[in-house]
Amino acid sequence: MPKDHGIGASSKRREDVRFLTGRGRYTDDINLYGQTYVHFLRSDVAHGRLNAVDTSAAEAMPGVIRIFTGKDFEGVGGLPCGWQVTDRHGQPMQEPPHPVLAQGKVRHVGDPIAAIVAETPAQARNAAEAIVLDIEELPAVIDMKQALSPDAPKVHDDLTSNLCYDWGFVEDNKGAVDEAFAKAAHVTTLELVNNRLAPNAMEPRVAVGDYNPGTDDSTLYTTSQNPHVIRLLMGAFVLGIPEHKLRVVAPDVGGGFGSKIFHYAEEAFCTFAAKQIKRPVKWTSSRSEAFISDAHGRDHVTKIELALDGDNNFMAIRTETYANMGAYLSTFAPSIPTWLHGTLMAGNYKTPLIYVNVKAVFTNTVPVDAYRGAGRPEATFQLERLVDKAARELGVDPVDLRRQNFITTFPYATPVAVEYDTGDYNATMDQLLTMIDRDGFDARAAKSKAEGKLRGLGINCYIEACGIAPSALVGQLGARAGLYESATVRVNATGGIVVMTGSHSHGQGHETSFAQVVADMIGVPEAQVEIVHGDTANTPMGMGTYGSRSIAVGGSAMVRATEKIINKAKKIAAHLMEASDSDIELKDGQFTVAGTDKSVAWGDVTLAAYVPHNYPLTELEPGLEETAFYDPNNFTYPAGAYACEVEVDPETGKVTLCSFAAADDFGNVINPMIVSGQVHGGIAQGVGQALLENVSYDENGQLLSASYMDYAMPRADDLPFYQVDHSCVTPCTHNPLGVKGCGEAGAIGSPPAIVNAVIDALHRGGMTHVGHINMPLTPARVWAAMQG
Amino acid sequence: MYNFEFTKPATIADAVAALGQDDAQALGGGQTLLPTMKQRLASPGTLVSLNAIPEMIGVCVNDVGEVCIGGATTHAVVAREAAASYPALAALASHIGDPAVRNRGTIGGSLANNDPSACYPAAALGSGATIKTNLRDIAADDYFQGMFETALEDGEIITEVRFPVPHKANYQKFVQPASRFALVGVFVAKYADGVRVAVTGASSEGVFRWAEAEAALSANFSKSAVEGLAAPEGAMISDLHGTAEYRAHLVKVMTGRAVAAAG
Repeated sequence: MPKDHGIGASSKRREDVRFLTGRGRYTDDINLYGQTYVHFLRSDVAHGRLNAVDTSAAEAMPGVIRIFTGKDFEGVGGLPCGWQVTDRHGQPMQEPPHPVLAQGKVRHVGDPIAAIVAETPAQARNAAEAIVLDIEELPAVIDMKQALSPDAPKVHDDLTSNLCYDWGFVEDNKGAVDEAFAKAAHVTTLELVNNRLAPNAMEPRVAVGDYNPGTDDSTLYTTSQNPHVIRLLMGAFVLGIPEHKLRVVAPDVGGGFGSKIFHYAEEAFCTFAAKQIKRPVKWTSSRSEAFISDAHGRDHVTKIELALDGDNNFMAIRTETYANMGAYLSTFAPSIPTWLHGTLMAGNYKTPLIYVNVKAVFTNTVPVDAYRGAGRPEATFQLERLVDKAARELGVDPVDLRRQNFITTFPYATPVAVEYDTGDYNATMDQLLTMIDRDGFDARAAKSKAEGKLRGLGINCYIEACGIAPSALVGQLGARAGLYESATVRVNATGGIVVMTGSHSHGQGHETSFAQVVADMIGVPEAQVEIVHGDTANTPMGMGTYGSRSIAVGGSAMVRATEKIINKAKKIAAHLMEASDSDIELKDGQFTVAGTDKSVAWGDVTLAAYVPHNYPLTELEPGLEETAFYDPNNFTYPAGAYACEVEVDPETGKVTLCSFAAADDFGNVINPMIVSGQVHGGIAQGVGQALLENVSYDENGQLLSASYMDYAMPRADDLPFYQVDHSCVTPCTHNPLGVKGCGEAGAIGSPPAIVNAVIDALHRGGMTHVGHINMPLTPARVWAAMQG
Repeated sequence: MYNFEFTKPATIADAVAALGQDDAQALGGGQTLLPTMKQRLASPGTLVSLNAIPEMIGVCVNDVGEVCIGGATTHAVVAREAAASYPALAALASHIGDPAVRNRGTIGGSLANNDPSACYPAAALGSGATIKTNLRDIAADDYFQGMFETALEDGEIITEVRFPVPHKANYQKFVQPASRFALVGVFVAKYADGVRVAVTGASSEGVFRWAEAEAALSANFSKSAVEGLAAPEGAMISDLHGTAEYRAHLVKVMTGRAVAAAG
């Protein structure tokens, strides 16, 4: 019988009560006394020399308080990059400055030039129209390979070229990899594009800056996944405000998917301007503005090759990827195509030799950074499309080829620098096959054919590295931050528990699942545990939520702090029952002395901690509050097998998803319902990438897909009912809960399943010339591919 | 959005008078105009709402059997009230946009705007409808004059659209994945004196009649009659959602499907 509370129970999401009844408190719901509004005048050209910004007429407009331009930020820091990648030759990446407001040049459509602060949003926007810009338009570089040609215009004049870095991984393996290819019995090659995506969180970004001249305190309310990271980056690198004078609050946040990790110009601006004008400054992004100011995701162009021996064993993998950075380095941009991508190129397979080359390129486009999966979907897509293509070329079953090459013994050290602690890839594949009735496919395909449709089946595996990340390791790899997590557990006198976590929930349901863990450990009702997050003023320094890290790292910190609480509580209980600490047991909220009938309740102990009349004051401090920081000693490695069936309309190229099945191994699961929901949402985003979504620029750098009229988001009727399963469990060996994380799996595992299925359908329909179609597989692209 | 004046007359005469002011703009359901104004791409001085004029709202059948739809009738009302009298038209109306769009957008607004990807122009042209205005009757064949261009004069209001009811008809829309407007939409209607085929979404010149298909189908109203045709030529739109070649191909496919569905 499923559990009805605690770890493993599908407890209903407590936060949904406020979200679904309109009682959430999002950043845009925050309105401060005397608040002003900022409108950003943004570049409408992709590349240009900013000769002059004449604000004189605009300053005289009604309601205008002050207009800021790049000049106002000359003594202020630029937006920092949080990760330095070292190239193949041991040199640091090229790292251009990223001013808050454009200085000297504009480098993408949407680059902010001036910020108009006014009494109302309309007045700010009116004044923006009165600003006279003198921009000398320059040729834009949009295509990455063209950007690397010697005569290409430079995005940043002070850099030697548009190449940010040329990264080789593992560089020392390159010779051996080339040798393996020379000896291979078969080589499969695939060239593909991982399409650029706009994150499109339901809540657009918002920032409210506030300053108190009486205390010299600054506060930023912002739509962030990691308020402490923003406080550190903005305080230390941009504005020069120490942490104790800067508070960052990320209240209810309506989805992030990575796009709200980064420190953005608008946040720094509102904080800076509030101090300048001594009034709160608010910015609310419109959806149109989000398309040109939120960091985009993906945008890789890759050639990947697989060498196989005569028995179809994988011998080596070699890749060359061009990764678009956009016009500036967003906060974690350099790490995505490298350490979050190259390290995953082994996938689920025991390929002994791997070499990954990544050229990161500046272009006159919106900056690109992490988006749900961040590097891992790109790795998985390449690999799983490649293995499928190899199976087709070799005439072997794609499942059999995968199984033959699965890693089956753990721990397993890959040739790309990571060590998988646990996994059972055959188990998830077996589970998947029980879900999809593969034997019945031919009958379903015949039925589709009778209706004039081509049916295809796509199967793939995935692995990801989550629980980001061991600080010492990432420090060696170039991270300019640690990646631990923190929790403070505060027990109140009457037994209620408040957990202040450095993780941040923006849709993940932490307020429910984190409470389940603590309630389970102590044996109290979940309702007795409250989770607090999102405010640097009342939570310990934390690194926030991304990379499927919250339960694995934040949850572990919370477990460690709760263990400290239990240890101390046992000492208090021992005192109350005049027993030895070591004889105290805690179960269902009761402390007992082993082998006796003595017991005290949780509430008796917590009351004693705060009313210490009968208390071992000479040995123990009063109170019951503990903090723990947890730094993982490895990544976690969720993995699974996905399958989908599609129908292709041969007359129009339209792809219809008929079914989708996901068998995941997330390690131990805290709340199965929430985990299923995470997989559902992830698959929806994967479907979006595979079939619908594409950020498209013209050759001048104008964004063609700048609204929902042209950027296709997945809708409910684009999706089939999913089958999701997470009953295959190989617990993580190195964190206390044995958890691996589940937030990104759906978005990582689903695109190759869909594309594999479409290619399968076309081949079954006789169109064997179609080796690959680049995402999104729109009707027009599929039809064009069918024409040959 | 810039500031503007707003008026909501109750009669056609008052609406015409209000539209005679400088910088006045008629407002139907606002499904195109209001987003345009929010983007600050349009800034009318006065918006004259046509949505409170009782004689411009509703669906009826006149003495000669035409389905008559008031210019300010919403798509949702057409979907409901024309279902018995002109099912193909009602079905078309029921698939425009989403419920919010269908309960605000009007047939007059759609035809006056003449978006090259809108559905109603295909129905009006495909049915040989009559566009009635406060000044005159305009045959659909004379009304549509290119992308966003119509025969309407400044201040002229579509008061009613009259559709002769065909023996058979069907509209097939292949949606653009993002906007779900017609990437290609084909309206086929079989009348006693011949077949009309009107195509929306495909051409940069807006809705058009596909003469070759009309001739073939007038001789033989079957899907096979379409299959023998070459894809239509003309100024097909090429954009990030589909090439001109693809659109031309879809015109043929959708025409065939419309014929098959018309029965």
